[in-house]
Amino acid sequence: MSGAVLAPAAARRHGRLLRHSGLVLGALIVGFVALVALLGPWLAPHDPFAIDLSRRLIPPAWMEGGTAANPLGTDQLGRDYLSRLIYGARISMVIGVLTVVTSGLIGTTIGVLGGYFGGRVDDAVVFAITARLSIPVVLVALTVAGLMGSSFTLVILVLGLLLWDRFAVVARSTTMQIRNLDYVAAAWCAGCSRTAILLREVLPNIASHLAVVATLEMALAILLEAALSFLGLGVPAPLPSWGLMIAEGKEYMFFSPWVIMIPGIALFVLILGINLLGDALRDMIGTDIAR
Amino acid sequence: MARFLLRRLLVALLVAATVMTVSFLLTRLSGDLAISIAGPNATQQDVELVRRAYGLDRPLWLQYLDWVARALQGDLGESYFFKDRVANLIAERLPITMSLGLVGLCIALAVALPLGILAAVRENTWVDRAVMLVALIGQAMPSFWLGLILMIVLGLRLGWLPISGTGSWQHYVMPGIVLAFSAIPSLMRLTRAGMIDALASDYIRTARAKGLSRLSILVKHALRNAAIPVVSIAAVQLGFMLGGSIVIETVFALHGVGFLAWESISKNDFPVVQAVVLVLALIYVGLTLLADLLNAALDPRLRAA
Repeated sequence: MSGAVLAPAAARRHGRLLRHSGLVLGALIVGFVALVALLGPWLAPHDPFAIDLSRRLIPPAWMEGGTAANPLGTDQLGRDYLSRLIYGARISMVIGVLTVVTSGLIGTTIGVLGGYFGGRVDDAVVFAITARLSIPVVLVALTVAGLMGSSFTLVILVLGLLLWDRFAVVARSTTMQIRNLDYVAAAWCAGCSRTAILLREVLPNIASHLAVVATLEMALAILLEAALSFLGLGVPAPLPSWGLMIAEGKEYMFFSPWVIMIPGIALFVLILGINLLGDALRDMIGTDIAR
Repeated sequence: MARFLLRRLLVALLVAATVMTVSFLLTRLSGDLAISIAGPNATQQDVELVRRAYGLDRPLWLQYLDWVARALQGDLGESYFFKDRVANLIAERLPITMSLGLVGLCIALAVALPLGILAAVRENTWVDRAVMLVALIGQAMPSFWLGLILMIVLGLRLGWLPISGTGSWQHYVMPGIVLAFSAIPSLMRLTRAGMIDALASDYIRTARAKGLSRLSILVKHALRNAAIPVVSIAAVQLGFMLGGSIVIETVFALHGVGFLAWESISKNDFPVVQAVVLVLALIYVGLTLLADLLNAALDPRLRAA
């Protein structure tokens, strides 16, 4: 009998352990990439822009023909691959963070207003979300980049102005739940202004939900930047965006697959880490809302 | 029910109108379209000529109204580069993109439904965790990179499938797999969550008590209820897939609408770009409307509302 009682508890502990390991792994990956991005100039063994045409496409050190001077080899222009990868981490992280800040500000403002005021305001907010969702992000981003000329700032601006939908959805639904709770009514009765209620009562209480969305959106923004750069209309050359590195290596991938594997794996691991972190965060606050 | 549908239809029409405005403004926001069209080597005179020839010297609101009036009659203008009607170009390529989207959706459902059900039935075991790991990996995989890897492995090393191009049905397999990857995680999570809820409900206990077989309980009772949100999300996912097909069509040189858009963007052929944005957005609006209708048809509780 004691076995029957213990079994589910053991399973739960087991599940918590796995979730815990997801959190640790995710935090380790994201922390590592953030550190690399921060310390980039001191970590990179070479100048990531220095071209050396006599040393083109040298394979990584562990492969035949590799040298210790270029641990991850060199690209088609003889630039050190490890150094470019390190600088690429900076691009991904900066774009991820700045896009989330921009889209988070827009989405949260819209969502909280809709959820708190309801009625006509909410109708307008729901309509804005619906309209935004029907616009294809990649296509619009490519069009704008094609017209205005692609640049680092433009990628952040376009993605930031487009990816606010999930923030708005979550901010709206969580605000609606909080709006009718006693402490909001109490603050209102105590004479707090609307702005004070929104900033001091509502916002702190939906922050954890927004954090989960932030991880999802950061992962999405980094993936989209890579895709845009891959298509040649994201971060412009010679900046070493991981997507651009894959695009530049594409011509050589059938003979030396490592040129696309290295930046691709870096991208994959970073996104996986961010998603693991987001999943663990969601489990911790115990909600399905941001799924 | 009728009120619900009417409201949905009205919202869809309003969204369509908004999308029209957005796709028009999108190509005008860079400032002077005539300079973009005339190209980098054009003289001031060339630019003036282009501006007059394409009617870009008229006030913006007049250009807009003219474009809307024509678009409503199915006339999306003339391509600068292909010297053909934009409507023809899109009609030619849309079946390719639609087939790609449907192939992707079918692959996604064929993977996500069984795995989602399996994970729900074996909730909190290693099977469940393995399935959720697949979802995590699918989410983290950059689609264009997966496409390139498939090209190397399935196309070059194993020689099973053509590497790129448009032609036979084989050309749709690899892009279909890549496209499916983007939809699998969310469909799988949704199926799993729906099945877990359904399996814990009273009517399943009743069905078990009646002595029905496990399979019939799973398929006839649980899946039917779990499938309602999956069906409507699948329709919406198809819309996202069509919008995202531009990356995959470009990677595989599959000449669908996405590839057309990419070509047109690089050639400054803006009537085409504008029209593709509009058409893809309208298809998405239509699909979400369809999702709502399906939802209402499948769930009698919604019909009463």
